[in-house]
Amino acid sequence: MASYSTNEFRSGLKVLLDGDPCIMLENEFVKPGKGQAFNRVKLRNLMTNRVWERTFKSGESLEAADVMDQDMEYLYTDGEFWHFMLTDGSFEQYAADAKAVGDTVKWLKEQDVYTVTLYNGAPLTVTPPNFVELEVVDTDPGMKGDTAQGGSKPATLSTGAVVNVPLFITIGEVLKVDTRSGEYVNRVKSS
Amino acid sequence: MTDQPVWQPSASREHLKSRAQQLAWVRGFFAERGVLEVETPVLGRHGVTDINLDGIAAAVNAAGVSGGWLQTSPEYHMKRLLAAGSGCIYQIARVFRNGERGSRHNPEFSLLEWYRVGLDDTAMMAEVADLVCGWLGCDRPDVLTYREAQQTLAGIDPMAITDHDLYQYCQQWLEPEQLAGMGRDDCLDLVMSFKVEPLLGRGRPVFITRYPASQAALARVVSDDDGYPVAHRFELYIDGLELCNGYWELTDPVEQRARFEQDNRRRKAAGKPEMAVDQSFLAALDAGLPECSGVALGLDRLLMLKTGAERIEDVLAFPVERA
Repeated sequence: MASYSTNEFRSGLKVLLDGDPCIMLENEFVKPGKGQAFNRVKLRNLMTNRVWERTFKSGESLEAADVMDQDMEYLYTDGEFWHFMLTDGSFEQYAADAKAVGDTVKWLKEQDVYTVTLYNGAPLTVTPPNFVELEVVDTDPGMKGDTAQGGSKPATLSTGAVVNVPLFITIGEVLKVDTRSGEYVNRVKSS
Repeated sequence: MTDQPVWQPSASREHLKSRAQQLAWVRGFFAERGVLEVETPVLGRHGVTDINLDGIAAAVNAAGVSGGWLQTSPEYHMKRLLAAGSGCIYQIARVFRNGERGSRHNPEFSLLEWYRVGLDDTAMMAEVADLVCGWLGCDRPDVLTYREAQQTLAGIDPMAITDHDLYQYCQQWLEPEQLAGMGRDDCLDLVMSFKVEPLLGRGRPVFITRYPASQAALARVVSDDDGYPVAHRFELYIDGLELCNGYWELTDPVEQRARFEQDNRRRKAAGKPEMAVDQSFLAALDAGLPECSGVALGLDRLLMLKTGAERIEDVLAFPVERA
């Protein structure tokens, strides 16, 4: 397996630390003019999502982690696994477990494309696009004419996600939602 | 995202203008004091033995000279000029240090190096303060010994602490197996970099003086009041930024030879390539280097302080990734 020495450290690098795959978030090079050089590194453990801060001496190295981001289309769930397929035309499929899917489960819509992070060839995490478009399946009746005023109500979307929406939203409408904040963005014109 | 080539400079036009003004100011400062501007090779036949400086090898092939190194500092060439009777000299040099890239480092940078014949380190510090504070408009620096700085800011006595206690202390940053290969000075550098330096020169610039003799490099060594050997070496810190390094220069060729040899022994032990010693430089010391002090000051960092830039690329037209 390849390894990276301190000279190659940069944010975005995927490395193994204490046996876990990590992504480098920050790399600070510190060196007194006449002294020993160090790299102070912040990494996010991709297994636990925790952020670690570590110091390395110049010349030390870390093993590269076999971590790859792939675009995949969501196919279906069998209750235990969520099945995805590569969009590169290979039709290769991958099964992600509940841990890998995590909170993304509430944004999963069949035929939409997600980023699946593979670690040693198996799904480690599933990341939704920043914006998804989902249909409202349940919400209180809309209040006609009330388009400008504040005020909001919960609406349940086709995936089970619940978001706060303006009062005028009705069942059957398709909404654009920001998956990072879980906030309603706007209505999508139905085709 | 695609990897489009970036052609634009990373520094603003305002910062580039400030750079030009700084150069003019430095030249004016030395012209007024009768210090001669010189230029020495950027490309030399020899590198340095210093264990913590990695040169960048060149591939010269001309007039029977092959190989060579981009210079990490103009020091040896300038000392040869001093030995030849140049009198007080300064240089605005481009220097090269491999592997150094961070918010305060670029492998190629601008170094202002100057030598004053007949001045000791105390007088030299006063001149550094005139230059730096004159340009930045800051307060004149305080003076703190290396020992005092570590005692007050890190809570350890760098002269008296046992190796065992120092390793224990350093475990707040490094694992025991990482510390295993490190010498005492490497550990003190760790304390300096992570604990002391960030707090130095806040509010008011500060000179750190009297480095442990083991970190003397090319400075002469004396004993402090408690009998610990210390170097006539100083550094200036402003807002946690290391700005310059100065020595009351070692003129003894025998001692200099011994330090080069010791450097190479340390290099060998650390698995680094040993470096050929620059015999022309030693011959110049044999001929006689006048009593002098010298300073190397990072001009890019000085400009960072002047402009308030957080990262060195903000004051460089093209950092190494864009060069």
